[in-house]
Amino acid sequence: MKEELFVSGRNIPNIDPYLNIWHWQIPLYLFLGGLAAGILFFAGYYTVRGKADKMQTTVKWAPIIAPIALVLGLFALFLDLKHKLYFWQLYTTIRLESPMGWGAWTLMIITPISFIWVASYMKELVPGWNWKFSILEKFEAFVIKYRVALAWVMMIYSIILGVYTGILLSAFNARPLWNTSILGPLFLVSGFSTGLATIIWISKDAKERKVLSRIDLVFIIIEIFLIVHLFMGFLAGSQTAIEAANMFLGGPFTVSFWVFVVILGLVFPAVLETLELWGYHVPKWLPPVMILVGGFMFRFIMVEAGQITRYLY
Amino acid sequence: MRYAMAIDTKKCVGCGDCVVACQTENNVPHGYCRDWIVESVDGTYPSLSLEFRSERCNHCDNSPCVRCCPTGASHVEEGGIVTVTHDKCIGCGACIESCPYDARYSHPEGYVDKCTFCLHRVQKGQQPACVKVCPTKCLHFGDLDDPNSDVSLAIKDRKWKVLAPEAGTDPQLYFLT
Repeated sequence: MKEELFVSGRNIPNIDPYLNIWHWQIPLYLFLGGLAAGILFFAGYYTVRGKADKMQTTVKWAPIIAPIALVLGLFALFLDLKHKLYFWQLYTTIRLESPMGWGAWTLMIITPISFIWVASYMKELVPGWNWKFSILEKFEAFVIKYRVALAWVMMIYSIILGVYTGILLSAFNARPLWNTSILGPLFLVSGFSTGLATIIWISKDAKERKVLSRIDLVFIIIEIFLIVHLFMGFLAGSQTAIEAANMFLGGPFTVSFWVFVVILGLVFPAVLETLELWGYHVPKWLPPVMILVGGFMFRFIMVEAGQITRYLY
Repeated sequence: MRYAMAIDTKKCVGCGDCVVACQTENNVPHGYCRDWIVESVDGTYPSLSLEFRSERCNHCDNSPCVRCCPTGASHVEEGGIVTVTHDKCIGCGACIESCPYDARYSHPEGYVDKCTFCLHRVQKGQQPACVKVCPTKCLHFGDLDDPNSDVSLAIKDRKWKVLAPEAGTDPQLYFLT
């Protein structure tokens, strides 16, 4: 048996007895970032495929949520900073080694793109919309002319944004629960799934909802596979990784993770969506709400639990 | 040049003088500390072993905190000392998450703070405050590249270990066992 004590009375706020330096702001941002990435990706995808008219909600209406989500997410990130007035230092440096640096620059690119995308559809969404300045009219015409190119850029950046929300955590070697490269694809898939859920929720077109539900089902199944792989990887890993997994397999996060994230956030909505595809009546809002709540819980639990895991010496 | 520290766990009695000296020298805010003492009891009664370790930032050669810093506030000074430039730090907390030793904390004024090996003293040719005050002389500081430095001589003929070498950070605190 080994017992280690701080005999000099160390009790630093947010560090001891276990690390808790990132609170609700980071998981909220990871959730909103993934959601925006999902919405923008599918808006771009159906534009590139030339199906903008069949998928009206996906391409034209849902993207309105993306810039709002990104701005709220950025605000959450700002709230997380402890030295707030120096936040601009993020944009005077380019550090390729720093995941957070990557994230800051990705957001700097994709947030304006999402605004431009929504703006280019303003005249269709709001009848009688007038940009008032000729330069804005010219810019709109330019964007509409090259919309497919913009859709490609948007798709690529939404993938980077979705993966980055996972990489932000997985780059920390010191936190065994996060330090797995599966986190990148897992957060990407989960983010895309929450984005799809949002579109399904607001879409009034039954055909469009059916197409999106099918894709969402595939994403949910991939996500469940990735979660199983995550734990298989941990259990085959070092002592620190096994202890990280045990927090979810009998430890303090067992119930919250398996009940709220996996069962209520993935399995139930998948079953409900399948029933809906088979023709049974399911409340339209129910599966999307479950997916969104599950997605948020997933990020919240991962951030909270990851900070508790550490190297033992 | 490579500054490092050796801590003689056979001589350390866990008095906490190094902690107080650091807090005084560096004006560390109340309730915080840049160094601390761990008492490690191993085994089952009656065959127990006791070890005292005066711990602080390991000033790692492969420092994850410097790598993950988005603004370059965390950086490596001359001699491998890892420090934070206060007015470049945005307080994002990434370096705190990245440290396997939990050696960093968020200063009440917002920036991230940590042990500097008393860089301001070292530059004047003085020893870090903790080393200077240690009553049992169990702390040894100096340049590893100089074979006659205090730290080189301390680890030369002794068994030593570093903490969590499996984290791969190449830490520079040597605990003599």
